[in-house]
Amino acid sequence: MIALALPAAANEGGFVPPTLEDMHLPEILPWAAEYGTGFGKQMLLVLLSVALIAWFFLAASRRGQLVPGKLQHLGEMSYNFVRNSVGKDIIGERDYRPYVPLLFSLFFFILVNNLFGSIPLLQIPTPSHVGTAYALAGIVYITWIVLGLKKHGIGYFKLAVVPAGVPKAILPLIVIIEIISTFLVRPVTHSLRLFATMLAGHLIIMLSAAGSEFLIMDADFWFKPLGVLTIAGGVGMYMFEILIQVLQAYVFVLLTAIYIQGSLAEEH
Amino acid sequence: MEGNINLVGYGLSAIGGAIGVGLVFAAYINGVARQPEAQRVLQPIAFLGLALTEALAILGLVFAFVL
Repeated sequence: MIALALPAAANEGGFVPPTLEDMHLPEILPWAAEYGTGFGKQMLLVLLSVALIAWFFLAASRRGQLVPGKLQHLGEMSYNFVRNSVGKDIIGERDYRPYVPLLFSLFFFILVNNLFGSIPLLQIPTPSHVGTAYALAGIVYITWIVLGLKKHGIGYFKLAVVPAGVPKAILPLIVIIEIISTFLVRPVTHSLRLFATMLAGHLIIMLSAAGSEFLIMDADFWFKPLGVLTIAGGVGMYMFEILIQVLQAYVFVLLTAIYIQGSLAEEH
Repeated sequence: MEGNINLVGYGLSAIGGAIGVGLVFAAYINGVARQPEAQRVLQPIAFLGLALTEALAILGLVFAFVL
């Protein structure tokens, strides 16, 4: 009851929770702004992430030595992680090699862009704008369909939606479910998983920050100490969010590898 | 009080996803505890299970905002 009575007891402005609109920051480019350039903070961060990743891996691989230094070791370790534990283990020893560059660049692009959400001043994960997630998942969607068509010809669609060993009677039902789950729901969940976790995580941090500010600055005298609790909770969520950001990059690339493996496989 | 009842519905529907993710990781931990060398094999499977289970909660989140 105290929590419900709190906003009414305080000043007449009351507590204004942050909304989804706060995610869409104003556009940076001044010209053509009335038509909407789409060049906001997230776009700037994408460019920054590309520069950062390119700089790091160029620096790490410039002087390849037999006994690697610290930087080279870090670069090789992160490359090996994607190559072995995602590429080799999922797609298989035989034909994982051509897909390592795709998996590798996807993983580090998403990882760096997610971690921007936990770096002070940058402080917004790029995939919290849904366009980023749609573009990434769209690339993967086209990739695995084209790979399947290249490998199996037009029969790939039959291979993808008709599972082997199903009784004839329920086959139409299964085929409809397979079409929906493979070609419609799969890209949607693939993109929205990344987007929704980043958005929700950022929203929780914004909420705890706004709540702390309200409790400490504007609330009644007796409620002010509660602000300490919301700050502690916010810091806890901040740490948890770093874990989620790394995990989501891993999950996205893992699913990419699984989809590619599925379209290369001989049977359903 | 003002608000959208959709969010209450989403909160209820997230229970399902939460239980599912819990079951997936319980099985994963059990498997690794019994046979630690199987960890490399089980880890992608566990995260695949996490992703598939989580899909329902994600669809729920989207519908909560869209509808």
